Amino acid sequence: MTVFGWLQILFVFVLVLACIVPLGRHMAQVFAGEATFLTPVVGPLERGLLALAGRPALGPQTWLGYTLAMLAFNAAGFALLYGLQRLQGLLPMNPQGFGGVAPLLAFNTAMSFVTNTNWQAYGGETTMSHFTQMAGLTVQNFLSAATGMALAAVMIRGFARSGADRVGNFWVDTTRVTLHVLLPSAFVLALVFVALGIPQTLLASVDATTLEGTKQTIALGPVAGQEAIKLLGTNGGGFFNANAAHPFENPTALTNALEIWALLAISFALTHTFGRMVGDARQGWAICAVMAIILGGCLVVAWWAEAGGNPLMSALGVDPALGNMEGKEVRFGPAASALYAVATTATSTGSVDAMHDSFMPLGGFMPLLLIKLGEIVPGGVGSGLFGILVIAVLTVFVAGLMVGRTPEYLGKKIEAREMKLAMLAQLILPATILGFTAVAALLPTALASLANAGPHGLTELLYAYASATGNNGSAFAGLAADTPWFDVTLGIAMFLGRFGYVVPVMAIAGSLAAKPRGTASAGSFPTHGALFVGLVTAVILILGGLQFFPAFALGPIVEHLLIPTGRTF
Amino acid sequence: MIEHLRPALALVGGLTLLTGIAYPLALTGIARVVLPAQAGGSLVTIDGRVVGSRLIGQNVVGPEWFHGRPSAITATDPADPSKTVDAPYDASTSSGSNLGPLSARLIERVKGDVDALKAETGADAVPADAVTTSASGLDPDVSPAFARLQVKRIAAARGLSSERLEALVAEKTRGRDLGFLGEPRVNVLELNLALAALGPS
Repeated sequence: MTVFGWLQILFVFVLVLACIVPLGRHMAQVFAGEATFLTPVVGPLERGLLALAGRPALGPQTWLGYTLAMLAFNAAGFALLYGLQRLQGLLPMNPQGFGGVAPLLAFNTAMSFVTNTNWQAYGGETTMSHFTQMAGLTVQNFLSAATGMALAAVMIRGFARSGADRVGNFWVDTTRVTLHVLLPSAFVLALVFVALGIPQTLLASVDATTLEGTKQTIALGPVAGQEAIKLLGTNGGGFFNANAAHPFENPTALTNALEIWALLAISFALTHTFGRMVGDARQGWAICAVMAIILGGCLVVAWWAEAGGNPLMSALGVDPALGNMEGKEVRFGPAASALYAVATTATSTGSVDAMHDSFMPLGGFMPLLLIKLGEIVPGGVGSGLFGILVIAVLTVFVAGLMVGRTPEYLGKKIEAREMKLAMLAQLILPATILGFTAVAALLPTALASLANAGPHGLTELLYAYASATGNNGSAFAGLAADTPWFDVTLGIAMFLGRFGYVVPVMAIAGSLAAKPRGTASAGSFPTHGALFVGLVTAVILILGGLQFFPAFALGPIVEHLLIPTGRTF
Repeated sequence: MIEHLRPALALVGGLTLLTGIAYPLALTGIARVVLPAQAGGSLVTIDGRVVGSRLIGQNVVGPEWFHGRPSAITATDPADPSKTVDAPYDASTSSGSNLGPLSARLIERVKGDVDALKAETGADAVPADAVTTSASGLDPDVSPAFARLQVKRIAAARGLSSERLEALVAEKTRGRDLGFLGEPRVNVLELNLALAALGPS
């Protein structure tokens, strides 16, 4: 653990911190329907798109109307993406001449991109045409991110509004988020990426003749544009099979740092949007602090685990100075790889610059843990914010029980209905992850997909279902995931993890919006101080621990304890 | 639900045109004009012939060249489509080994590579990147330590002095980005191009 590693972490931390207020303020304007500094540029597009949607659809919606609109939008996106993949052989911009994607794989991939998971059961450069990558996958990178951010806006309005039965309009929110936040930031970032070496071309590949005279075919494509939005929108689906470990997706340590910044920036800034919209910026900073504490803690453990190298290799005469380099790139090394791994799983991104499957047991444990904590520190764009606000609601309930007071958050009384819905949302995730993992662990057809035996094999299964349910998309990628069993069950897990979770959460938002907003009294529990930050942190860790500790013990923890024995599998 | 049909179709369609067609094509156009080298994949050409990409590692095997790291990329066996064969640095695809830290296959592979490298160089310990596969299978770099470890072999094969090659490695070693990001490294293709340009002693 070198001083350079710490500086690298500090650099990304400062970049993210510097954006919280300006970007948070900008998104508050977007959610409020106000003009932003981009209105002169994107205003005509916004008016045009909304006119296309039709004026009657644009009025304020109830939480249920909003949710149904969201589901309709995502269903249409799913159908389009499924169709594009199946028909890509007949569509233009297919220089490699790929045929249609197989039905189950196309189902899995469409679900994956619509739910903001971006799990890749396919190898991008060997399966998807340029047209599918652009008009299918890139589009859902924008739309699934915009959907998440729109839902976060509803959750915030639930707290900000008083006695309201309307929570905003889905079509307006989604369009404005895409035009005022995602598209312009992706455009600028993509150009920076090209300048730093990421290709953006319609060529499929070039053939090179090496110095030794052998032929090398190098896959190319419109990479930079997809790379930018896959990170800003916490999507994570790579253009290439190796994702952001591929030198064309992530050519230098500088692009690596920018990528980590990009995947954290919007989610952290949304805490400030939240603070502004509820009229007390300190509330946003408290949530932001919880996120930073857990993320930072996991980062230190993962980096420490990777920096020390693999003792089994050291015993053979491998110098441990460079750390555990299996599945890592020389230009990144252990610090940058650990930082990417925790950032990508603390959000719902799931892109990788190193192979998590080859991390040391505790190094790979941290990404798995962050996914299972619900991807709320800071989480996916939008989904992280509403996820942690659900935990904040649970926290004030627990605190209320301890002191015998009616729980309140931001002047809203938290009552039986909100608690039931919050528990329902919380239970869907472990039920899906553990249920599918348990069944898969008993099925020979599922076990045949494992790349590693022993506890690591169980971790591969757990990670797959956690990643799908959490809409993360990273993998212990040794798992051969393009089989009928995994294509279907992981697709279902993604669906439950996204829509099974957000429907109860939207119901909470609607229920909160309808309540009158009281004013804080001397008896109210302050939710902007260190005590609250500590309580929310504890609730996140205890909830996650209670749900998953037995599974962790059989996977990464026992694997770690086996290292000194020298046993291999 | 029916009232959501028109806006859903209109916005999915409209936003697909905007983010799926206009956005990538505009980027491609701008990139081609402003940053043609990077946009095209940072290709290296000699006398008009493409010899590779600066960013993509290559499968170098001759003793007179610097070698890259082991690569875990496999390809379908042309003789039997149900099997795969090793295809190191096949840049039409990409992948890591995905072997876990306690994998018997990994530890056996590393043991074989370490023993061979020790026998070749007489070193007591080898740099980790020399015996581990990268995440992409296309890592263009090696650590400066691994490059130095290869100097003796290349000096013997080319009849050059070790000092000259050591100096070449030092010259081509790139520090951390901005002085603190990532790790020091040597780009193998650039190093080999410089090696090819080196005259006899």
